[in-house]
Amino acid sequence: MSPGSAAARFLVAALACTAAQAQERGIPLDRLKSGSAFLGADLRDLQADDFANPGMLWVERGGKLWREPAGKSARSCASCHQDAETSMRGVAARYPKIDPASGKLLNLESRINLCRAERMGAEALRHESEELLALTAYLARQSRGAPIGVDIGGVARAHFESGRAFYYRRHGQLNLSCAHCHEANWGRRLFAETVTQGHPNAWPAYRMEWQTLGSLERRLRACLSGIRAEMLPYGSPEYRDLELFLAWRAQGLPVEAPGVRR
Amino acid sequence: MAARIQMPKQARHGELIEIRILIQHPMETGYRHDDVGHLIKRNVINAFSCRYNGEEVFRADLSSGISANPYLQFYTVAEASGEIEFAWIDDEGKQGLERQSIAVKA
Repeated sequence: MSPGSAAARFLVAALACTAAQAQERGIPLDRLKSGSAFLGADLRDLQADDFANPGMLWVERGGKLWREPAGKSARSCASCHQDAETSMRGVAARYPKIDPASGKLLNLESRINLCRAERMGAEALRHESEELLALTAYLARQSRGAPIGVDIGGVARAHFESGRAFYYRRHGQLNLSCAHCHEANWGRRLFAETVTQGHPNAWPAYRMEWQTLGSLERRLRACLSGIRAEMLPYGSPEYRDLELFLAWRAQGLPVEAPGVRR
Repeated sequence: MAARIQMPKQARHGELIEIRILIQHPMETGYRHDDVGHLIKRNVINAFSCRYNGEEVFRADLSSGISANPYLQFYTVAEASGEIEFAWIDDEGKQGLERQSIAVKA
């Protein structure tokens, strides 16, 4: 085979792949809307105000924790990663991501805990603990404005497919899939709320209903509870697979963390 | 109790300055029940005051109905260089104290 034809074949394969991906999108790229587009002006302003945004309380704490030594190694996050404002720029926008060493799919929370276990000799931080939320918010904040772009190739593909299956599967007593609300009915009213497209780009976010900052997993659990489905325990692999699918679905939207949501 | 404060570090004499403070606090209303049905005791920041070189320039009495992590914004006139002190107390008796200095030019 000549090099030219190999290149042509590659191009054809690449085009086929893009076309397939374009068809796969539940919401076309030009109609993608971040959750903030469905908020009232007051909450949008609150999110945009870097001082008054209550999520910044956690970001600030996360910045302190970043430099605080922990565990047997007496090392801090900064001992390896130095200044997060440069080293972590855009990183959160690429999560969930496959850890090359273990081949496991990691979200930000599990990445932090893996680092603590393997590099710092520290105990894992509990889900929704103030510390884990603070570090996650701090990391995600460093990617503010960066477009979400996750890798769904290779080992990640199986996770992506499982996440997609979860998304389109009916759950719970109300027998609804995620798509019934967030693809078929976004922009319409559900009681007093406007149904959003359900993108993960603002998480962890400060949710008014909770009066505190919460993780994306907590938000997914709230959705499951809303459709009267069984909530999977925190840290279940199903959530991470779903997070990967959601991130792919939101591809191109800028990270807004820490967001403010209803 | 963590707090974030935003105010100018420098000001001209007689200038109106904006002070913003965000305090991390659950502001437990006293109307909520926990998972096993027990009433959660009310715990809100009930008093907040701001002193400018010892003189009170702003005070607020808060109660349940104010959201968690209360945010306050108020104004004062820059009179002299010195210290602005923020103090608050909640129903459990926990006190918060923060200080910021300001330089005032004639």
